[in-house]
Amino acid sequence: MSNAADADRVSELARQVVTDHDPKAVPIPEFLGACFDAGLSWVHFPEGLGGLGVSRGLQSVADSILQGAGGPVPLALNPMGYGMAAPTVREHAQTDEVKRRLLRPLATTEDIWCQLFSEPGAGSDLAGLATSAVPDGEDWVINGQKVWTSLAHRARWGLLLARTNPDQPKHKGLTYFVLDMHAAGVETRPLRQLTGHAEFNEVYMTDARIPDAYRLGEVGGGWRVAMTTLMNERSALGASGSRRGAGTIADAVSLWASRPDLQTPVLRDRLTQLWLRAEAQRLTSERSRATATVGGPGPEGSIGKLVGAELNQHIYQFCMDFLGPEGILYHSYALREDDREDTDWRGPLQQRFLRSRANTIEGGTSDVMRNILGERVLGLPGDLRADAGMPWKEIPRG
Amino acid sequence: MAEFTFTDEQTQLRSAVRKFCTENFDEQTVRALMESDPPFDAKVWHRLGSELGVLGLSVPEADGGAGGSLVDQAVAVEELGASLACGPVFGTVFLAIPALVAASAGPVRDELLAELVEGRRTAAFAASATTVALTGDRLSGTVEAMVDAGAADHLLVAAEGPDWVGLFAVDATGPGVERTPLATIDLTRPQATVRFDEAPARLVAGPTDAERVISHALHVGSALLAAEQVGAAQHLLDLAVQYAKGRLQFGRPIGSFQAVKHRLADMLVDLEHARSTAYHAVWALTDGSDDPALAASIAQATCSAAFSRVARDTIQVLGGIGFTWEHQAHLYFKRATADAALLGTAEHHRDRVAALVLDTAVAERAPRIATG
Repeated sequence: MSNAADADRVSELARQVVTDHDPKAVPIPEFLGACFDAGLSWVHFPEGLGGLGVSRGLQSVADSILQGAGGPVPLALNPMGYGMAAPTVREHAQTDEVKRRLLRPLATTEDIWCQLFSEPGAGSDLAGLATSAVPDGEDWVINGQKVWTSLAHRARWGLLLARTNPDQPKHKGLTYFVLDMHAAGVETRPLRQLTGHAEFNEVYMTDARIPDAYRLGEVGGGWRVAMTTLMNERSALGASGSRRGAGTIADAVSLWASRPDLQTPVLRDRLTQLWLRAEAQRLTSERSRATATVGGPGPEGSIGKLVGAELNQHIYQFCMDFLGPEGILYHSYALREDDREDTDWRGPLQQRFLRSRANTIEGGTSDVMRNILGERVLGLPGDLRADAGMPWKEIPRG
Repeated sequence: MAEFTFTDEQTQLRSAVRKFCTENFDEQTVRALMESDPPFDAKVWHRLGSELGVLGLSVPEADGGAGGSLVDQAVAVEELGASLACGPVFGTVFLAIPALVAASAGPVRDELLAELVEGRRTAAFAASATTVALTGDRLSGTVEAMVDAGAADHLLVAAEGPDWVGLFAVDATGPGVERTPLATIDLTRPQATVRFDEAPARLVAGPTDAERVISHALHVGSALLAAEQVGAAQHLLDLAVQYAKGRLQFGRPIGSFQAVKHRLADMLVDLEHARSTAYHAVWALTDGSDDPALAASIAQATCSAAFSRVARDTIQVLGGIGFTWEHQAHLYFKRATADAALLGTAEHHRDRVAALVLDTAVAERAPRIATG
């Protein structure tokens, strides 16, 4: 079928959904459930799994109708679910039955998801992680600690990367699972960050059990599965609004316009440079969407992640420098678990400024992003690796 | 076609221009031409116009052009930029032809346009009316540092009448025209100072449309110059990456060192941003989807900075060889330096963007500021 015919079908289905389930009147899970059943949650997925098997470029056709009628932005409600879990489950779960069972409540946002990758000893070198998974009958028994897990306190499911074979080199001994966050032996604790808030968690797993049916991909094939997740995370993190001037730069431009008394020519040029960088990145995202095929996000998504992270920091640094002494007051360092249900969970400007320090660390540091651009896009040779080919258990750690 | 989507014909056009450049603008030829007088091969220029047909790609067929879009023209210009193709691309393709396309039909305009599109004649363009005055049907005054004027057949010059501004065509070889070639940083893009002393002038655009014609030419010129900057920067990035893969120090390719790799990654990001803004401007001028003045300034502010940065960093990645006369890097570095100044510097265009975006911004939904 031609792309134009597919686009017509997608719009027709989306209009039907908003007619039958007015997003302004029905509860969010009902509306998003109707989207899933109509194949509009992620149009490039197969039919029956929340998709229609058409080009992923057509998602914007569905979203503009669904969200135009007042529907929610699902990625904001279940970011790990929509951004990472859905593509990973779809591609790697063992049976269609498991895929369906996990994907529909994910799509409706009744099941929130989190990602259990990073550990205190494994950040950029994620493949060096130490959490163990040992087979026991039909189950796997999990022991270890994960960190920087956002939404773990609200999550029903976690995407877990664990070591099933410590005798193999690090990338080869990993297996990917879906962990029931309500299972016995799973404990979630808030992790206080430099803003004073706790938007992330630490997750401790002590003899927690996972049925083998909730393994994604092959035993020992976890790294390849994790790449699906990470590529989607980076493109999700880097994706910005398609309207000119939207996103973080809007904060700075609004602030600028609200305070003529603080404006100077030097600051005006600095803000213009930031605005231009944001605009160039917005156009680059548009261009990469325009040329995207049915395939998933590629390493080019790393450009968006890299630029978006550094731009966020520079924009909030600009806001602080613009405000001068007014900027160095704060609202409160009282510990508060972030549930993202406030009117604007990002808090006042100063909190956004402090929070932006994480942007160039989370989801792949900017240093790693530049390695990815250099090696996977430009084809430059990799750096020397001291642990190449070494069994994981012999690699020095600390 | 939708923004940023190229047709098969445009892909074929790109290959054809690239092949022509490989055959006619290889490095040795460019080096020979840039030190010749005139600094291009008139026969090759004529072939670009007549045989390849890439000088007037967005000129309507009725005016002797290809009847295509500005996207086609930008694709061709990108390839010409990648090889530093010698010839009056700036004066003729970026500015004179777009100005003539925008001007109302008439014998002078039609005749010039047909000659320029075919590559039989060339032109240079001066947009600032402040230094040339019209008396009767003759021009007097001086245009300093006019790009491509030294060898041009026609000079398109904005001039001030008693109470109006017009755009005029002057025969460069005719009476009352004195041209003094200037030494330039960029050898591949010559300039000359032109003195007019009661030179006979023919009207191209009069008081009712000269301003519109000139600003259209400058917008198109900015977008096409941006496409050239993208093409040349891509050539340099490819060159630097290739070198970093093959050059061994400390027993390893230098591209395996993160200091070098990260520099190249940053060059890639700037280049991709430049490409997006250049083609956005081209599309905006094609389908009217954006304010042409804003889109052109976004492109020039971004592409001038990007090409300059890529050129500087290419020399750094190349190390000593990149500082030699023998290596081609300096030719591009000099082109980058000239391109960044010709139609307004990045700073100049940032100031325009600020006027259009920041000075008019309203404070809606400013973020809350904590007050202690």
